[in-house]
Amino acid sequence: MTQETPERTVRPQRPIVPFLRLGGEGEEPYLVARKCKNCGALYWGTRVACARCRQSSGFEEVKVSDRGTLWTYSIVHQSMPGIPVPYVAAIVDLPEGISVRCTLVDVEPDPAKLPFGMPVEMVTRKVREDKEGNDVIAFFFRPVAKNGGALAQRPEES
Amino acid sequence: MRDVYVLGVGMIKFGRYPERDVAELAAEAALLALKDADLTIDDVQLLASGNLFQAHAMVGQRILQQIGQTGIPVINVANACATGSTAFREAYLAVASGECEIALAVGSEQMGKAGLLGAGERRESVEGILGSGLMPAVFGQAGVEHMRKYGTKMEHFAKISVKNHKHSVKNPLSQYRVEVTLEDVLKARMVAYPNTLYMCCPTGDGAAAAVVVSEDVRKKSNRKAVKVACSVLTSDPWTERDLTLPDVNTLTRNAARKAYEKAGIGPNDLDLVELHDCFATAELLHYENLGLCAEGEAARAVDEGWFEWGGRLPVNVSGGLLSKGHPLGATGVANIYEIVTQLRGEAQERQVEGAKAGLAHVIGLGSACTIHIFTV
Repeated sequence: MTQETPERTVRPQRPIVPFLRLGGEGEEPYLVARKCKNCGALYWGTRVACARCRQSSGFEEVKVSDRGTLWTYSIVHQSMPGIPVPYVAAIVDLPEGISVRCTLVDVEPDPAKLPFGMPVEMVTRKVREDKEGNDVIAFFFRPVAKNGGALAQRPEES
Repeated sequence: MRDVYVLGVGMIKFGRYPERDVAELAAEAALLALKDADLTIDDVQLLASGNLFQAHAMVGQRILQQIGQTGIPVINVANACATGSTAFREAYLAVASGECEIALAVGSEQMGKAGLLGAGERRESVEGILGSGLMPAVFGQAGVEHMRKYGTKMEHFAKISVKNHKHSVKNPLSQYRVEVTLEDVLKARMVAYPNTLYMCCPTGDGAAAAVVVSEDVRKKSNRKAVKVACSVLTSDPWTERDLTLPDVNTLTRNAARKAYEKAGIGPNDLDLVELHDCFATAELLHYENLGLCAEGEAARAVDEGWFEWGGRLPVNVSGGLLSKGHPLGATGVANIYEIVTQLRGEAQERQVEGAKAGLAHVIGLGSACTIHIFTV
């Protein structure tokens, strides 16, 4: 996975949502889910008790994979004012058993280019600056490169 | 629980009424329903008012300020797109439980042109960055999920839009009454794949009302009553992807199962259905969710015209949300208006001949689902 924000600067960074962690020195950004200690159900964000098993067994944070597969999508051509269109609004399944709502990047907004089950990987990019002067960092998913890129070292791909 | 009947319904033409107060629109529908039931506001013992955009603004009391402040209990209801049908259910429950003999349900909304896309630009919005929370996209994703499972094509969804627009031509209260061809639908501006403009319901203003009564009241009335065979409300149970892709299917299936059980009839006994076609994709999913066809059979059913007026089970003969309109809080009561009107044989040009049983389904994202089955 690649941090695509231009060179690291002294500007402070803020993740766009709490479940995106930007990682420490030498660490790549990642998503964290909260896992029910009783039944293993995964959530983005907190729950008072588990919505699936109803138990108050507590939750633990788990780092989830930055790779997943495309479950479904829509291509948004008409959005709120000021938001560039079109964009691919996707639901990506992660191997841990949770899905994530995200925008697909580096892919044509064309159903023919969006096969179900397509392997995708997470990237992070700066999307804006907030009032406090932080760079706001968001996560996106993109098709896993067939040649080179992040998968080059995987034996089955070489 | 006692038997409950609808004795009167009323509805104003859906459209745009920027110069009117929403309580006036609602009050008009209320008076139409009362007149239809041959009753007055003095007979009403409870009012349930559904309105979403003004959920905090006591629309129910404002209706009474327009037509008669009788001091009766008023319940203001908000339940996403199931707001109106939940208000109807509150009125139904009040009569069924014996709390009162005559209750009035009113659904109303004034959306202007703000619509389902949201209230406008917000600096901290994540729309377009973290996917989409816009309704056309969410229901687009749900439709694409069906394509994935069963090979359904965009044309199947588009044909539903053609059908509902065709139906609406015969409904004088429909917001739009224009036929569109399959080519028109497919070539229309894309909103969120696979939903083009004509596959998305319009925004608008409107109101509808229903008077529900006990058996005793019904017996004393000369007006033709329609029985409420069941009233079911469900919320979304935990399902795998509900966190990220609101699951509009499971809660509808749960509601359908309960509704058929309570009413003692099944989908094969129905003569017509008004279901929640906020988007063309949604209607196709609900054919299967409501058991109107088998799993994976919806596309074939569309191709064979099962759900057209004159087909084996007409769906959305009112024009549906796609053409009749979807003023959020009014929709649930408007669906009931259509079923009741049809079961009374008063639907004129669009009458489904000999209709004896009808189902009204509504879903509100978040999520809430209501199903009411009516019989005569």
